[in-house]
Amino acid sequence: MFTRLKQNHRVLVLVVLGAILLLCLLIVPAFGGEPISPLDIVKVALNKLGLTNFSLSPAWEARNHESILFQIRLPRVVAGALVGAALAAAGVLFQGLLRNPMADPYIIGTSAGAAFGATIAMMLPISIAFLSFGLVSIAAFFGALGAVLLVYNLARVGGKTPIVSMLLAGFAVSAMLTAILFFMVTLSGRPGLLQNVFSFLMGSISVSGWNQIIIVAPLIIGGIVAARFLAFRLNALSLGEEGAAYLGINVERDKLTILALGSLLTGAAVCISGLVGFVGLVVPHAVRLVLGPDHRLLLPAAALSGGAFLVIADLFARTMLYPREIPLGILTAIIGAPFFIYLLRRTRREYAF
Amino acid sequence: MISLRQVSFSYSDTPVLHHIDLVVEKGEMVALLGPNGSGKTTVIKLLSGVLRPTAGEVHLDGSILSRLKRREVAQRVAVVPQQFSMPFAFTLREVVLLGRTPFHSLFSDGGQRDHRVVQQAIERIGIAALKERFFNELSGGERQKAILAMTLAQEPKILLLDEPTAHLDINHQVEILDLVKRLNREQGVTVIGAMHDLNMAALYFDRLLLLKEGRIFADGTPEKVLTAETIKEVFSASVQVTQHPITKSPHVIIAPGEAPPE
Repeated sequence: MFTRLKQNHRVLVLVVLGAILLLCLLIVPAFGGEPISPLDIVKVALNKLGLTNFSLSPAWEARNHESILFQIRLPRVVAGALVGAALAAAGVLFQGLLRNPMADPYIIGTSAGAAFGATIAMMLPISIAFLSFGLVSIAAFFGALGAVLLVYNLARVGGKTPIVSMLLAGFAVSAMLTAILFFMVTLSGRPGLLQNVFSFLMGSISVSGWNQIIIVAPLIIGGIVAARFLAFRLNALSLGEEGAAYLGINVERDKLTILALGSLLTGAAVCISGLVGFVGLVVPHAVRLVLGPDHRLLLPAAALSGGAFLVIADLFARTMLYPREIPLGILTAIIGAPFFIYLLRRTRREYAF
Repeated sequence: MISLRQVSFSYSDTPVLHHIDLVVEKGEMVALLGPNGSGKTTVIKLLSGVLRPTAGEVHLDGSILSRLKRREVAQRVAVVPQQFSMPFAFTLREVVLLGRTPFHSLFSDGGQRDHRVVQQAIERIGIAALKERFFNELSGGERQKAILAMTLAQEPKILLLDEPTAHLDINHQVEILDLVKRLNREQGVTVIGAMHDLNMAALYFDRLLLLKEGRIFADGTPEKVLTAETIKEVFSASVQVTQHPITKSPHVIIAPGEAPPE
């Protein structure tokens, strides 16, 4: 059904996906409680680049569209794109590393660790901010990394960290942390805590202005670029640890690098959005079904697609029941699952992944 | 040249190999034989560098193997294992391309030369018609040919085989070993293979190495190594050894149940 691409078509695919993402970034901010003309947005973008000097519609000045666009909508949309790209790239890394179709960025404890950290932060009676991030975000970030570090060390025996041990240790640590988390929530009796924990678990894009983005963007973009450099090693790891070693891969070193990179990307995403599910599982699979499993193409393509997908999902999250917001995790699943099932059914292959 | 010098190996507390000395010169074709657990596969893994000796050293062209980087070793030594499984839908061509991995680096992971080498490898193995098929949809024999093409794309000086024909039908066994033998004869690739089938080993390999409980029990031509006495000693099986009617190499004949009286 889907034929594989020739080498020179691969660049084209990435250009098209990049253009789609860019288009999302320009068009999606138009929608919301106060509609902004998409034409104005494109004009402003060109004007800001110094290419043109278009005049804008009267509403632009009269209704304060400039600050709505640049201070509220655009940061949110860019944050969505970053989170989606980070989760999709992390999903590719974890699926490639663990050779497991069920793998996603949360599989070895990042989600439970992040939720654990965030819950503790919510229960603390103090409120501090660091580099414009609230305590909950910071605790979630370090919770995610801490949990992976714990899993990695638990699974490590005699200088080796077998993949299966890592999956099992990840499962155990996640179960443990989640149980303690809900035990704490049960005991605490603090009003609104359960509500807050629930919103963290379902995810939502929350940024105020550009300050957080300036910090997270280099982390995520740098992480994705670094991951792309590892793509050929992920390809070799598809043969399994022994097969990869025969091809000259330093398996233990690369496992750690990929794990660290995937966890960093996940942690960075989680501190903006909480736990947005489904993106990191399904976007890599969907892109793999269409473009094939070569990580040199898969990784950047999944990152761009994940970015666009989450921008669109977040658009529905904030506009569908306006002024109420729907948790983002609900929309990623509602939009993503049918699309994924459609792809799965179209490519009737025994080894679809 | 690749050699083991006084190599011993243990898996945690279980000793597998004891003080093995073995020198394989360039262009040789050597089979490792012996019962399960005699250490054949371990020798292959030590020669490929994925296992390190507990004592002793592996030498590759004058360097100590464990001091070389993994990718330096993989640029010279390739391994055909019993079987590979693939979690993703790679095409045959994409699998063969993986053989170029030792020549890739962070900033250069593919180029025109790769495609030329891959194409040549595919044609040499005679699987060009299958190259856009999915690896996981190929038969066992076709997969093993794909893996052989992958190791060929690695442009190795030394080819290690770990029971490469273990699960294959006889037509594929013959095809795979014919291809390996041609590589050895035409390209001068050194071949060292752990083999299960004594007769196949006698047919294709110039030098046989019989392992027993982690030690080399016999080493030499098939005629010298495959005798009823050595096989009785190593495998505890009573057999008769005759001559292959065409190649004149030794041929091991097994009788069911108790061996008939001499």
